[in-house]
Amino acid sequence: MSDIDKNTSVNQFEDAEALPVQKSRRKEFVQKFLKRKTAVISLFFIVLLLLAAVSGSFVAPYDADQADYNSILQGPSSAHIWGTDEFGRDIFSRLLVGTRLSLASALSATIVGTALGIILGLIAGYYGGWIDSLIMRICDILFSFPDILLAIAIVAILGPGITNVIIAVAVFTVPSFARIIRSATISVKESLYVEVARSIGCKNWRILWIHVFPGTIQSVIVNFTMRVGTAILAASSLSFLGFGANVTQPDWGAMLSQGRNYLNTAPHIVLFPGILIFLTVLAFNLLGDGLRDTLDPRMN
Amino acid sequence: MGRYAIKRILSAIPLLIVISFLIFMFIHMIPGDPARQIAGQDATKADVELVREQLGLNDPLLVQYGKYMKGLFTGDLGLSVKNGKTVVQTIIPRLKPTIMLTVCSMIWAVIIGVSLGIVSAVMQGRAFDYIAMLIAISGISLPGFWLGLELIQLFSVGLGWFPTGGLASWRAYVLPSLTEGAGIMAILARFTRSSMLETMREDYVRTARAKGLGEFLVVMRHAFKNSLIEIVTVGGLQVGGLLSGSVMAETVFSIPGVGRLLVDSINFRDYKVVQALLLFFALEYIIINLIVDLLYGVINPKVRYS
Amino acid sequence: MAERLLDVKNLRTEFIREKEWVTAVNDVSFYIDKGEILGLVGESGCGKSVTSLSVMRLLPPKTSKISGGEVLLNGDDILKTDKKGMRKIRGHEISMIFQEPMNSLNPCMRISKQIIEAILLHNDISKEEAHKRAFDVLKLVGIPDPEMTLASYPHQLSGGMCQRVMIAMAMSCEPDLLIADEPTTALDVTIQAQILELMENIKEKRNTGILMITHDLGVVAEMCSRVIVMYAGRIVEEAPVKELFASPKHPYTQGLIESVPILGSNVTSLPSIPGSVPDLAAMPEGCKFAPRCRYAMDVCREREPDLTPVWGAEHRRCRCVLHDTEEKEAKKA
Repeated sequence: MSDIDKNTSVNQFEDAEALPVQKSRRKEFVQKFLKRKTAVISLFFIVLLLLAAVSGSFVAPYDADQADYNSILQGPSSAHIWGTDEFGRDIFSRLLVGTRLSLASALSATIVGTALGIILGLIAGYYGGWIDSLIMRICDILFSFPDILLAIAIVAILGPGITNVIIAVAVFTVPSFARIIRSATISVKESLYVEVARSIGCKNWRILWIHVFPGTIQSVIVNFTMRVGTAILAASSLSFLGFGANVTQPDWGAMLSQGRNYLNTAPHIVLFPGILIFLTVLAFNLLGDGLRDTLDPRMN
Repeated sequence: MGRYAIKRILSAIPLLIVISFLIFMFIHMIPGDPARQIAGQDATKADVELVREQLGLNDPLLVQYGKYMKGLFTGDLGLSVKNGKTVVQTIIPRLKPTIMLTVCSMIWAVIIGVSLGIVSAVMQGRAFDYIAMLIAISGISLPGFWLGLELIQLFSVGLGWFPTGGLASWRAYVLPSLTEGAGIMAILARFTRSSMLETMREDYVRTARAKGLGEFLVVMRHAFKNSLIEIVTVGGLQVGGLLSGSVMAETVFSIPGVGRLLVDSINFRDYKVVQALLLFFALEYIIINLIVDLLYGVINPKVRYS
Repeated sequence: MAERLLDVKNLRTEFIREKEWVTAVNDVSFYIDKGEILGLVGESGCGKSVTSLSVMRLLPPKTSKISGGEVLLNGDDILKTDKKGMRKIRGHEISMIFQEPMNSLNPCMRISKQIIEAILLHNDISKEEAHKRAFDVLKLVGIPDPEMTLASYPHQLSGGMCQRVMIAMAMSCEPDLLIADEPTTALDVTIQAQILELMENIKEKRNTGILMITHDLGVVAEMCSRVIVMYAGRIVEEAPVKELFASPKHPYTQGLIESVPILGSNVTSLPSIPGSVPDLAAMPEGCKFAPRCRYAMDVCREREPDLTPVWGAEHRRCRCVLHDTEEKEAKKA
């Protein structure tokens, strides 16, 4: 998915004076969005997940770390709806509580990567010259590695652990946003160049802010949503390989990794975390698709 | 075309140099003392010194870099800490399984992905389109390692049709290549579809119909050939990433390839091997990108004859 | 005695828009004889392109339908022809050229391949023979170095050359009817003149009937023997060219002619027709032009006038209450 995002281009720019029109456009947007059932369901699911992340430990039927050696490796039952793991811990509760860790790491990685990408893109586009070249070269280098490989390389250097996973995922998120914002900044800069040349420094920034963002906000939002999905996949992949979360922490990827040892005897340990990861990433991707189609002016 | 080719090739060179430098710096970017990490917590100072000497960390940085670059060209990439053989000897036997698997995955993913995309575009809005795109978006949302494990559960353990690991027979290729190719198949299906939808709207497709050409040829000879340019570009990028994407499939199916070697080496802190592998994967990705760029120049007549 | 080539009777074409069918072409009838150039004039959105695509049956199958009428080509109703039969007709009996010649040629294919493809579709000959015919037809359209053009790709040719190639390709299988949809709109004025002259020559040489679709009255004046004017999916006036310009009957036609600037005149402002073309889904009752018409009367807003022959000039037709009034006055007298 990331490689296609690399070629996203910016479509439109709006005048600052067009702001009053945006209020009714928001309504139009909401109406259009609601027509896409898959996107609405996905949004609903994501909201549920966020609720779970916030309230997990309170709502869960069992404590996430509560071991029960009398009922290890049990399949789904009325006591444990998704069964237990090798320590007798309730899988449903662990996954629920683990939502916080898994979502938080993916979201924070994507937010950091997006923010950094936007800043770098703005700087590169605005100042041009050698700064622009430097930043673009760095992006090229980052693009020279496939996502997973880059993440593995970074984790190999920094060592395992959730923080390093976040850093790794943030790093490979940066280039696509940098590209989008940079080209938007350059277009705006070139069109406003004459006026901008006459004004003082800080005024330039405000103009860029007002003109660059309205046009790019669509691409950024769509890209961001898809990226969260990628981040969840990457983070859980790294955890699966043993580079991510600590095995004692209730992280979806780590749980799956552990469950591998018991695939034959207790397949549910692998099944449920996997389904959850799959559905979550699917929800973000469907949401991103829905947003993209809703925001696309051609789809009428 | 010649100018385009030379430009592309030349621009790849500085990239390669920078990347080889970054990978060289890899060992030095590790927080803490790499030598101690390799030697282990209980190692004596002498042991750590030995390891440091082995890694060549006592020489000044520039000398180290010099030796490293020289090593790249002479094929001397150092010794593997884990098994004592040279890095090159460690990596070479693992290449074949990875490449075989990657080629298998690539073939089925490209054929099915592109075909699905074309048919979906032609049948836009109908049931087939819906279902195909649902499959595609699932394909990019599936965690590869989970898909692999569930496939093993269903078809290996459950039905016994395929072995659970290794590459002993042709059967052994089925499940791993399904796992490895799923993501690419999905991306190609989605992209082919959107590209075809665009090309089929173009004026020259209308001209082809106005000439009296049958629908199949209109789609394949006119629309698809034009989409091919884009599809090759995107597909090429994906395929380039396949080799390193083999990490997952090899880990799940216990295949002795370079992907798994990378993971094992990181865990064993076998840094020389890790360096060499990272360099290999980066090189392979850049070269494939270069080939795709050149291919693009050949297929697109606007570039070939400008 | 002119031979009737194309006879369109009461053609009606509809489109789906937001789950409702809207009528883009409503009860359109006209004819073209062999060797005659008929002009089809109107603003963007009046239905002229849809009419031509309906004749060729090139409309998107899922979102549009031809819901009524007949299209007689040399006496046979081609609306009843099956898909295979229609494919034989396209490019062979009726050919079409379009507005943007650069975009209408496949950028990934050599010109030779594109023309030969057309030729081989309708002729059972060898590739070499087809290549020779392609060469000949390029010569016919005035291309100086046919061999080089055949070996080229579209992006290597100019707009005018591309349109010549399109015309060549269209004529390569010797069609009886050529439909030209705004063929010169995207070209420079000087090239325009050349292309029009070329089309005139072809008409002379091959006795081809041409349906010239355009919004440019100058093209009409130069090329066409008869003209039909369309508005909001309907024909509002039909007349021989000279008579149309000398005495336009329909207020819309009058407005169109008035808004063309005349070189050398001292007008300071150009008259334009106020208002805009009605939306297909929200057409007014009665005459569709009434909201913009300077002569509009109550009866105009109540009932849509029929397309009837003009009093005193039966080879002309007009869809306006005004000339009914003329008729009544004349009869009284």
